[in-house]
Amino acid sequence: MHKIEVDKLNLYYGDFHALKDVKVEILEKRITSIIGPSGCGKSTLLRVFNRMNDLIEGVKATGSVRIDGQQVLDPQVELVTLRKKVGMVFQRPNPFPLSIYDNVAYGPRLHGQKLGDIVEKSLSAVLLFDELKDRLRESALNLSLEQQQRLCIARLLAVCPEVILLDEPCSALDPYATLKIEELLQLLKKDYTILIVTHNMQQAARASDYTFYMLLGEMIEYGETQEVFTNPKDKRTEEYITGRFG
Amino acid sequence: MDGIRKTFEQELKDLEDSIMAMGLTVMEMLKGASKAFQKEDDKLAEQVIALDDKVDKYNVDIETKCLQLIATQQPMARDLRFIASTMRIISDIERMGDYTIDVAKFARRLMGKPKLAAAEDIPNMAELVMNMLRETLEAISRKDLDLITKMIEDDEKVDAAMRHMFDAVLLEIEKKPLVAREAIYLLLMSRYLERIADHITNVGERIYYSETGELKELHV
Repeated sequence: MHKIEVDKLNLYYGDFHALKDVKVEILEKRITSIIGPSGCGKSTLLRVFNRMNDLIEGVKATGSVRIDGQQVLDPQVELVTLRKKVGMVFQRPNPFPLSIYDNVAYGPRLHGQKLGDIVEKSLSAVLLFDELKDRLRESALNLSLEQQQRLCIARLLAVCPEVILLDEPCSALDPYATLKIEELLQLLKKDYTILIVTHNMQQAARASDYTFYMLLGEMIEYGETQEVFTNPKDKRTEEYITGRFG
Repeated sequence: MDGIRKTFEQELKDLEDSIMAMGLTVMEMLKGASKAFQKEDDKLAEQVIALDDKVDKYNVDIETKCLQLIATQQPMARDLRFIASTMRIISDIERMGDYTIDVAKFARRLMGKPKLAAAEDIPNMAELVMNMLRETLEAISRKDLDLITKMIEDDEKVDAAMRHMFDAVLLEIEKKPLVAREAIYLLLMSRYLERIADHITNVGERIYYSETGELKELHV
């Protein structure tokens, strides 16, 4: 089942045409990775899904982006609700300068939700609760980078999103921490639709079910990850993933 | 393409050159085994048998190189298919070398024994097999899949020659039971040549996969 349907999506930063006629359908409860060289529009596309690009002056998007059939580009869309449903994790972990507990509780409190066992459940989902249950009042900034990134994911889960966007979530982490985050994503995909932007080809090959390759704002190829990495259909994809793109 | 991965590309080329060298060694062995049989040249047969060490060394060296490239270069797509195919191809070529040694060993056993009429078919069959190997090695170096198709067609000729040998040997034994031993040796030699041809078709299938990404049985 398609969670996200993108059709004829064009996005401009002023005169710069950043996304060109992008068409893609993202499957629910799967991990989809977006790969491509720097500046190809990967992060821009990711930010379309929760309208983060709106924060940039002069941005204009046309076409259709539907999540569960709801038009995301509609100016009437309630952004707080959208961003609750479509959460985002960034390159560097960005915990708030608050306690571990308050970081996770922040979202639900903001949305007026009762906390109940949300904090415990969210931390358990990212396999942090057992590790940190006696340190919940400590500052989140004392955690390791990997723990901080897990905490940021837990902070998202606390507001019950359906889609998780990750923009190079492991680029600040060492290989071991990277693998732990990837393992976590495998657990989370049972309940969430996950999109990950990565420059790490091995990560895309290891961690995602579907991959799409972007170049100069266009979607060049989209398919099952194992197919894209062993037998890409487009020569440009082949050149990129074999390191011959220049 | 601007050659960002020049070193890796050179290493892949070196790998291809090594497969060619390994294949040409087996070709030399096949030629030698056939000639040793025709000329009853024991020394040449011995030389053929000795070449097996060279083939085994290629097998180990190329496999080691493949593993190194997988570990250090994280190959993808066409590169990955080529390296994975290479690991299968060298295993087939190594088996071809082993069967060629068996041919040479039986050629030695038949030296000084009465020549049966069916013996004439062995060099012809060896020539067919060598031609298949030649086409396959050329297909690797020229990335020419038409040669693979032709090689697969040629395998039919080898299979037909094997069937013909079977009938001829039965006839010889029926006519002169005393030559049964020599007749069976000939049958075994033709069987080894037929197996070599089968391994060549396996190599062809791997080249086809490496080039197209499609894994399929070409040999019906």
